[in-house]
Amino acid sequence: MAFENNVDVEHPVHDVRMAAIKNFEEKGFPSKKEEAWKYTSLNNIQKIDFSIFPKQENSLEYKDVKRYFIHEIDTYKIVFVDGIYSSYLSETTHDGVDICLMSAALTKPMYKQVIDVYFNKIASKDESLTTLNTAFSREGAYIYIPKNKMPKKPIEILHFSTGNEASLLLQPRNLIVVEENAEVQIIERHQSLTSNEVLTNAVTEIFAAKSAIVDLYKIQNDVATASLIDNTYVDQKDKSLVKIHTFSFGGKLTRNNLNFYQNGEYIDSTMKGVTILGEKQHVDHHTLVHHIQPNCESHQDYKGIYGDSSTGVFNGKIIVDKIAQKTNAFQKNNNILISDKASINSKPQLEIFADDVKCSHGCTIGQLDKDALFYLQSRGIPEKEARALLMYAFANNVLSSVRIPELKARINKLIAKKLGVNLGFDL
Amino acid sequence: MLKIKDLHANVEGKEILRGINLEVKAGEVHAIMGPNGSGKSTLASVIAGNDNFEVTQGSVELEGEDLEDVSPEERAHKGVFLSFQYPVEIPGVSVTNFMKTAINESRKAKGLEDMPAKDMLKLIREKSELLEIDRKFLSRSLNEGFSGGEKKRNEIFQMAMLEPKVAILDETDSGLDIDALRIVASGVNKLKSKDNAVILITHYQRLLEYIVPDFVHVLHNGKIVKSGGKELALELEEKGYDWLKQETAV
Repeated sequence: MAFENNVDVEHPVHDVRMAAIKNFEEKGFPSKKEEAWKYTSLNNIQKIDFSIFPKQENSLEYKDVKRYFIHEIDTYKIVFVDGIYSSYLSETTHDGVDICLMSAALTKPMYKQVIDVYFNKIASKDESLTTLNTAFSREGAYIYIPKNKMPKKPIEILHFSTGNEASLLLQPRNLIVVEENAEVQIIERHQSLTSNEVLTNAVTEIFAAKSAIVDLYKIQNDVATASLIDNTYVDQKDKSLVKIHTFSFGGKLTRNNLNFYQNGEYIDSTMKGVTILGEKQHVDHHTLVHHIQPNCESHQDYKGIYGDSSTGVFNGKIIVDKIAQKTNAFQKNNNILISDKASINSKPQLEIFADDVKCSHGCTIGQLDKDALFYLQSRGIPEKEARALLMYAFANNVLSSVRIPELKARINKLIAKKLGVNLGFDL
Repeated sequence: MLKIKDLHANVEGKEILRGINLEVKAGEVHAIMGPNGSGKSTLASVIAGNDNFEVTQGSVELEGEDLEDVSPEERAHKGVFLSFQYPVEIPGVSVTNFMKTAINESRKAKGLEDMPAKDMLKLIREKSELLEIDRKFLSRSLNEGFSGGEKKRNEIFQMAMLEPKVAILDETDSGLDIDALRIVASGVNKLKSKDNAVILITHYQRLLEYIVPDFVHVLHNGKIVKSGGKELALELEEKGYDWLKQETAV
């Protein structure tokens, strides 16, 4: 890789990048020999010759991509096309809050203080894919919400790939800083518009200060040639509340690494997911909650429905440090297999060093309840629709905490579409 | 209307129904009574087409048509209704949306357009008043967090909405307090006509004070061992089921 030829050696974070590339060169892509990658192979992806710096800028018409936005409501938009910022499709702001670009934040003096304090501070410095991103990333979303502020509307971060390269590697880098008692709602989506190969290796750092509230919704419904590795790192201070919802309905290979670090007391960390897969799709949810201080809570609730030859992984790691007494950590992973060829590997990983804690985990893998199916059919609802209704009901309690009604309606439509039914009403 | 001939049915290889014969004509109310485990709920499930049960012999006919190989949803479209003893909870789907889906699926099967929203609302209003169901109740998720009584009342509301030809009420009286029982019974009585039929499955005579049957059948070990008029229910209430077991043993 002609790294030095393509980067600005005078760049303020150049040293950080050099350390990162060194780490990646030593470690390389993770292999299935590593415990954390046992069920997800990157072999086929590594064989592809990806372009890492797209040659030309591509423009998209809003009308062609409108359906990927939550267009029913007004939102701030940070939009990238083939990794390059699209000012035409975006709506950023500096009105009391900063909702703009990582490239600007990394280079302009006015952001230097925030970058010095937060950039690459919670992201791993030895996990190879994260360091690959740190080395090569140029662009992404920069969101800074000062104390006591809340943006007037939700923020959408969209990454489109147009397929003008035969295969493209995108490495977006997001920094989200939410100061004391501030609040933000973010919707994130990666969308390929062609059948050319695309791999996205994204890193997002989130810092939630005292009493901050962060809602992040990840919509993963990409085409069969698009893969995503999402590395999200969350640093939480006292009384902050961070919720991440992950809706995985498509893509070739999706790996979600969500890492929460509770650096304070009375923190609430919540991760919820609905995964509905078919064909040969693969989704791997790897979560980590590190309870570092006492009196905190974490809640995880992942529901999965696997059809055709799809495969899923759930690996939920909870670490409770010795001083983190009065921790409440809950984890649930329920799965339904609707095809004999589909499979799921579900594994809780609890490392508890404190003695006064409440931790629970539960994992189920099953089929649809026959009695429930008969109940619906006996009311005249055909088997296919009855199955869809039951699957919807199964996933429903994950949706109940989605706080943007239009987003919830959109997710419901995606679920109905994914289940292949029209029930005559909006779910 | 409904004709059951020499019906045998198994569940997991075990024979539960061992030759049931029963004819229910339009306008009639039949009560099927019997001790626990006698096969009452199995009979109800088999009529409604539950394929967890295997019919090994005999037949069920609705208006002259053999229902063998007819799916539960098609039976519903043809006018069979089963009020469940344990209705299933469907989180996220409101009572109203559930009924819309059920009614429109039935109309679709008959080649009809969806019911216009205005007519649907009117129908829902009429039928919910009949069962003294509060409006707010209709926007709640189906059966989720409902009390036992609410679930049963909701079953009869669904029956009122779907207007079946043959309604089988499986232990609708269990878990109902006396006020709820009166409302449910009065609803069923108002829905009764010369063109439809009701089969009441019950352990106790209590419900039959409110919905008066034309015939009472006693089920024991998968067979109807005695049939009679409404006075048979009183006799059973007085003497219990042991008396009957002895009589059939002789």
